[in-house]
Amino acid sequence: MVDVTPADAVPPAEVAEMELYHPHSWWTKYVFSQDAKVIAIQYSGTATAIGLVALVLSWLMRLQLGFPGTFDFITPEAYYQFITMHGMIMVIYLLTALFLGGFGNYLIPLMVGARDMVFPYVNMLSYWIYLLAVLVLVSSFFAPGGPTGAGWTLYPPQAIMTGTPGGQEWGIILMLVSLILFIIGFTMGGLNYVVTVLQARTRGMTMMRLPLTVWGIFTATVMALLAFPALFVACVMMLLDRALGTSFFMPAVVEMGEQLQHNGGSPILFQHLFWFFGHPEVYIVALPAFGIVSDLISTHARKNIFGYRMMVWAIVGIGALSFVVWAHHMYVSGMHPYFGFFFATTTLIIAIPTAIKVYNWVLTLWRGDIHLTIPMLFAMAFIVTFVNGGLTGLFLGNVVVDVPLSDTMFVVAHFHMVMGVAPILVIFGAIYHWYPKVTGRMLNETLGRFHFWVTFLGAYLIFFPMHYIGLMGVPRRYAEMTDVTVMTESAHHLNSFISIMAFIVGFAQIVFLFNLIWSIRHGREAGGNPWRATTLEWQTPQTPPAHGNFGKELPIVYRWAYDYSVPGAKEDFIPQNMPGTFGPSREPA
Amino acid sequence: MSVILVFLLVIAGFAGWWLSHQRLMTKPWLEQGAAGDFVPFDRSGLPTAKIGLGVFLAVVGCLFALFTSAYFMRMALSDWQPLPMPRLLWLNTGMLVLSSVALQCASVAARKRQMDTVRLGLAAAGLTAIAFLVGQLMAWRDLTADGYFLASNPANSFFYLITGMHGLHIVGGLVGLGRTTAGAWNGARPERLRLSVELCAMYWHFLLFVWLAIFALLAGWAATFIDICRQLLT
Repeated sequence: MVDVTPADAVPPAEVAEMELYHPHSWWTKYVFSQDAKVIAIQYSGTATAIGLVALVLSWLMRLQLGFPGTFDFITPEAYYQFITMHGMIMVIYLLTALFLGGFGNYLIPLMVGARDMVFPYVNMLSYWIYLLAVLVLVSSFFAPGGPTGAGWTLYPPQAIMTGTPGGQEWGIILMLVSLILFIIGFTMGGLNYVVTVLQARTRGMTMMRLPLTVWGIFTATVMALLAFPALFVACVMMLLDRALGTSFFMPAVVEMGEQLQHNGGSPILFQHLFWFFGHPEVYIVALPAFGIVSDLISTHARKNIFGYRMMVWAIVGIGALSFVVWAHHMYVSGMHPYFGFFFATTTLIIAIPTAIKVYNWVLTLWRGDIHLTIPMLFAMAFIVTFVNGGLTGLFLGNVVVDVPLSDTMFVVAHFHMVMGVAPILVIFGAIYHWYPKVTGRMLNETLGRFHFWVTFLGAYLIFFPMHYIGLMGVPRRYAEMTDVTVMTESAHHLNSFISIMAFIVGFAQIVFLFNLIWSIRHGREAGGNPWRATTLEWQTPQTPPAHGNFGKELPIVYRWAYDYSVPGAKEDFIPQNMPGTFGPSREPA
Repeated sequence: MSVILVFLLVIAGFAGWWLSHQRLMTKPWLEQGAAGDFVPFDRSGLPTAKIGLGVFLAVVGCLFALFTSAYFMRMALSDWQPLPMPRLLWLNTGMLVLSSVALQCASVAARKRQMDTVRLGLAAAGLTAIAFLVGQLMAWRDLTADGYFLASNPANSFFYLITGMHGLHIVGGLVGLGRTTAGAWNGARPERLRLSVELCAMYWHFLLFVWLAIFALLAGWAATFIDICRQLLT
């Protein structure tokens, strides 16, 4: 690298052939690829595959909850293993990996106008370590004793004790090792996403002209880089407790009349570390969704995003605030009431920037030229679902309401709405939106609408009744609730109904997967910019974008990402790389 | 958890400073340019690799801040019995300081393109870093010989855990240093070499700083210092 002066920091429009890594064989092109787009597809494929495992696990759980006592193979131990693996896979190996590893890798370089990530080799390593983490996780299904059944929060002391499935066998060890690997792999990828946004933006692409998708993924990645170390620390320390008999988290325990060697450790310490990661994790999943949904709404309503600056500030504000709310997951851990007061206050303050975002989405839709395309349907479904889940968050954020509701199905319903269903709806919308760019073909419309309506309505039919079951006082994490007074007959019927709905919604996802595969060959040809969108990824010379993304010359950005329906412009969208002044009252920059 | 919150406050300060240079108050919807006329904007003049390393060091710093937080929280419980610091740690600290100084010399020499000094500096840094690691292992051996086992007390557990984690980061750094040293001998391009040497120096200084901080923590001075601060405040 030559002496770098500020002028050199702006990348030249033409990049010499040798500066870009070129694959030489089929293996380096499609398998050990350093191209962010291929890595993105590898990440997405792996995340979807492991996500299917988690989907099947949720079916098995629902079989047990909906029809208790019918299926002999679902023992209480197996049930705990299903909930644990379902939760862990969905939160970390699916949502985090898909939003950051999948969408981050595909969209960041294209949207900021770069040829690739800044450290392609490290980016490739990131995927392979992620794959290794997934394989270690899967291997725990085949280990003696099966996977861990400690619950996705892995609370000690029970997580590493004999009574818990996998606690004194291989399950918990493989789980912890897999998480440690995931964090190492993610850090490698995360460095790329952050530094690419910082350093590789094309000429004219100021931070305040970035599409909100990039802002969301960027901020979420910064948060993840700072939050995952807490999980790393917790995992390493628990691994030592389990494998080498230390007492970081393990108090003195008498197990089956026998004094264990642990002494004096603090399970609360684990909870602090876990939730110091765990709460930002909610927003690590939510912020990319916020960003993506802003772009979907603006594009499909043919209207500029309302309050762009506020949207950016809200993303940054939510990111910062989410680091000081973690203990609201620990209201029932016996904390000092003033702490509870503090964390309830910060939790409720987060509602302000979040509400700003919701209002801005709705105001973007207001009097827009709304096209009810499938991405738009998913985006609007997201707003509704997110508001719904967010409102129950206001309940649970208050200590006095949380204490009776803690550990009931109400909590399960709340977080599934807000960080399960809502981000997944955005992922679906985003796949329908960007699939044409990735493959050059549209997804099948009929199957897509079927998928949308079944998923959206079905998710409500699953999780809405669950709130009521929770309000009745039915606790979560119980394999069987027969012959208990809180489980009335109607609650049993409701549970069976929820289970049937879960199978139907799950089936719709199979249809979606079929659509993904079928449309690669048989979908309608999409052309380069089927949604007539403004952002740079739609302006590539080839579709799907070739290696190096933008052909010989990198685009120059002349405007923000939301010039839709500008009066006086020939078309109802002006791509970011189109020069010239349009519209009545705008001065040139 | 106050240590990690203070650390994050520092990071937030950096982020805020950087954001304040990103023209957050502009109205991007009013901006449009004619052909060839695009807004110039601040991008750091630093090489991308340095920024990447800087971000990575923030993550590493976060990791050790979290270990420190956990250390203080666990320390407050009743079964904590501090362990004596092996005298050897002072020698090890000296080794790591030498290693950092050697890399700084190499980095200065690389700027002046004095290849022999660069090679000397890199080799000296590598050897002293290895000496540091060997010294750490000997300190571990001394402690176990005196009966301070990993699992016998949380203070011991934290000692092995935190020094081990720091040592692993040095091992990782040695991989990078080894590649740089190999490049210095095999005639890598001077500009490239200079960047690599500077990256190594940056990483080494940071790990030296982390070591000094955790040394103070494990020896108990950090706790004393915090107690004094607390008394001054109340």
